[in-house]
Amino acid sequence: MILVIIGMAIVTMVPRFLPAFVVDRWTFPLWVSRWLNAIPYAALGALIFPGITTVIDGEPHIGLLAGGVAVVFAFLRAHTIVTVLVAIGTVYILTII
Amino acid sequence: MQANSEIVERSNAGIGDSLKRGAMAGLPIMFGYLPIAITYGVLASEAGLSLFEITMMSVMVFAGASQFVATNMILASVSAIEIILATFVLNFRHFVMSFSFMNQIRSFALKWKVPLSLGLTDETFAVGSLHKRESKDPYGGWFYASMILVSYSSWVGGSFLGGVLGEVIPAALSQSMVVALYAMFIALLVPSIRREWKIGIIAIISMVVNYILSALGISDGWAIVVATLVGGASGIGLVKEEEA
Repeated sequence: MILVIIGMAIVTMVPRFLPAFVVDRWTFPLWVSRWLNAIPYAALGALIFPGITTVIDGEPHIGLLAGGVAVVFAFLRAHTIVTVLVAIGTVYILTII
Repeated sequence: MQANSEIVERSNAGIGDSLKRGAMAGLPIMFGYLPIAITYGVLASEAGLSLFEITMMSVMVFAGASQFVATNMILASVSAIEIILATFVLNFRHFVMSFSFMNQIRSFALKWKVPLSLGLTDETFAVGSLHKRESKDPYGGWFYASMILVSYSSWVGGSFLGGVLGEVIPAALSQSMVVALYAMFIALLVPSIRREWKIGIIAIISMVVNYILSALGISDGWAIVVATLVGGASGIGLVKEEEA
């Protein structure tokens, strides 16, 4: 079992640290820099949807509603922690009723 | 995000201040990680992993989704090679994220880059890359390190707790807490869109691509990698670096 864990660690860690060496040696052309700068927003999009529909198995609307509430709070400049707590509260209420 | 306005006011404070702000930035991640880590610990102990193995997997792998998948595969007695391969595919998105983040902290010494890169997860990447000012700050490394360590210790600690105590959080509550990380992603994304609407287009393109690929039955790992690359590529023409 510990060998499986070590194998998992290697295939996870190597892709994480390789870019550190690449970036250290190579200055990217402008279009690559722009691409890399846009990556965080693209990653956030892909991480949010459609994953958020699976928060409660078989009830995609619950995750979507909580997400909608989070969007409203974030838009109104609520602190991240507040947004997170409100979303948790929304799911909790929707699952118990 | 009120945190952003605070950052503007101070820009050259010391190590202690950077550590403190980094810990604060890591707090929402901790919120999200704890219930998930505990759940992982519970499932892994049900799958027959020892407490040492449960904790070591979190210490060495530090990638939530892949640890859940591995636990399920162990329970189904899948071969070691398949488990490792699935882990690679699922975590390959961190390669793309690391490229982006390493480019952001390009001015840091390699002795900072390597440890920070090892601490990259979806969540630490998201928080780190939206705190861009710290990458120009002489003490910025401490900020990122502190944010990552708060997240890492809650992940490892939560896994251990789940392994020892079993289900310490009531099911209805821990189920609800699954939404925490999604809400955090939203809380990170929305203020950027408010500032620059084109960022919203990047995110939506990426969501649509991810949805289509998932619907086609492509594995989650590849779907996220491709969606992130395609969405990001749409940003080449859309957003100039000073806007991002």
